[in-house]
Amino acid sequence: MRVRKRTLGLVLYLVLLLLPIYWMLNMSLRTNANILGEFAIIPTELTLANYARIFTDPAWYSGYINSIVYVSMNTAISLLTALPAAYAFSRYRFLGDKHMFFWLLTNRMAPPAVFLLPFFQLYSTFGLIDTHIAVAISHLLFNVPLAVWILEGFMSGVPREIDEMAYIDGYSYPRFFLTVFVPLIRTGIGVTAFFCFMFSWVELLFARTLTTTNAKPIAAVMTRTVSASGLDWGLLAAAGILTIVPGALVIWFVRNYMAKGFALGRV
Amino acid sequence: MRIGLDQATLRVGTVTHIYPTTVDLAPDSLNILLGPTLSGKTTLMRLLCGLDRPTTGRVWVDDVDVTGVSVRQRDVAMVYQQFINYPSFTVYDNIASPLRRAGVSKADIDRRVRQVAEMLRIDGLLARLPAELSGGQQQRIALARALVKQARLLLLDEPLVNLDYKLREELRQELRAIFEARKSCVVYATTEPLEALMLGGNTLVVDGGRVLQAGPTIDVYNRPASERVGAVFSDPPMNMIEGRVEGGAALLGDGLRVPLAGHLTGLSNGVYRWGVRTNHLALSRRHAADIEIDGVVELGEISGSETFVHVAHNGVSWVAQEEGVQRFGINDAIRVYVNPDAFFVFDRTGALVAAPVGGALRPVEEATHG
Repeated sequence: MRVRKRTLGLVLYLVLLLLPIYWMLNMSLRTNANILGEFAIIPTELTLANYARIFTDPAWYSGYINSIVYVSMNTAISLLTALPAAYAFSRYRFLGDKHMFFWLLTNRMAPPAVFLLPFFQLYSTFGLIDTHIAVAISHLLFNVPLAVWILEGFMSGVPREIDEMAYIDGYSYPRFFLTVFVPLIRTGIGVTAFFCFMFSWVELLFARTLTTTNAKPIAAVMTRTVSASGLDWGLLAAAGILTIVPGALVIWFVRNYMAKGFALGRV
Repeated sequence: MRIGLDQATLRVGTVTHIYPTTVDLAPDSLNILLGPTLSGKTTLMRLLCGLDRPTTGRVWVDDVDVTGVSVRQRDVAMVYQQFINYPSFTVYDNIASPLRRAGVSKADIDRRVRQVAEMLRIDGLLARLPAELSGGQQQRIALARALVKQARLLLLDEPLVNLDYKLREELRQELRAIFEARKSCVVYATTEPLEALMLGGNTLVVDGGRVLQAGPTIDVYNRPASERVGAVFSDPPMNMIEGRVEGGAALLGDGLRVPLAGHLTGLSNGVYRWGVRTNHLALSRRHAADIEIDGVVELGEISGSETFVHVAHNGVSWVAQEEGVQRFGINDAIRVYVNPDAFFVFDRTGALVAAPVGGALRPVEEATHG
């Protein structure tokens, strides 16, 4: 009986969790007239017109492409800069190392809006406005500290003796790092990449401010559904569903490491 | 390869790990670093191989100063106390890795890896990953990787300490044979006096960041230069007791009379510290000159196939080591015998004044028959 009660509770919880997502899916498969015309838990007139519109209209699908481009750039740069930094924090003692580690984290504590105006001015000066790299760089502000923090945890779990062993065996530093060390922390790298991806993917403030047309993220494109003639509900819902897909895919790949990732490697 | 330290020290912040130390390790010699935990054995090894750079002083190899030369450029191999292997490499790749880095040809690598794997009896495991193997096998891989390199300096930092008793015995026997067959300077750290005696070679007694005494293992065991060396090189610890020499006899503790004969002849009057190893205290008389100590049993400790009896006599606690598992009732009256020939005598500063002739290693029975 106990087990059944718990199962029931979990099912109810899951239903409540999935309800908004289901409703979005529901709406994305209906026409606007149908959405506004009747309340249907199971849609009657199914249509893929909303999706077709997104996949054929360059203004729409380029939003996805832009987002994916700057998110990938950001993930790559975050990892490439955070790996050596995390290694230094995990292996060496230097003046102010602990303060610096903490300072990195404080970057995540400031609200992004604080940086918005300085960023906008800086990026304009350098002519970076409306480029993918601009958004990717601005997101480093949050992602590099996080990546360093997570990777440091994973790296500290690898005994220092393995490094020394490799030096004794004659490995050069880069070779040791790439062939011995990176395979040992690949779980950590996967989890870090996931976190960087997610933060960059859902961030809207910087992405919208630093772009106009050429590098416009999907979230900004979605505002196009609002017009003087009202909201295009179906199209908005379809775009929303498509925004969930990349995240869901990434989660699927790292699902076994999530617990360790949330503990930041400190388990 | 002759390797040594010249007045080397190591300080980290305000903490001194190694006080000025000079050591000189002969080519193709086996050197045991014997000392308790945290005495500086590992640090000395790290200085020797170049993992750490001495704060002051020099490290030299064959009269060439190698202070500050990176460990990558040095011809060394090391085995750690923990089983350190590359977890993502197979056993074969683990053993082959130092050879690959050294640019040895593929055929040569294969031959040498298989040869050393066979010697350490891990040739059936070459395709496995280290994590799939037992602790003993993992340490064999680490040993194989160190041996395959044929480095001129081989460092082993308590390599057997994390293994169970049986494996340790077995591997120690093999190691001894391997060391004898090799042309390299071997440095072996251990906390166990017994292990040092079994391996032989030279012993450097390390304690508190200093090398207290260096020399052939048997000599160091037989003539510990100081009370501290005696303590480090005895397990269980040596019985130590204060004693006064007056008028041709010594009075130990509260009235145990020891005649000044043999190596004790000619001790000048004064107060000394007297040491005797536990295996020289017996429950039966083995020699006419044995001194009787009457006391009560404080504790009977069973350690493997031996029993340590703690005997209280006039407020002094003696420990006698007896063969076999024996039971003793607490507070039972007991008589133990000690031969005056087995006493070490140290002065008030702890320096050796007199040591048993012919070595305390020799069982007392033999001395009596002779």
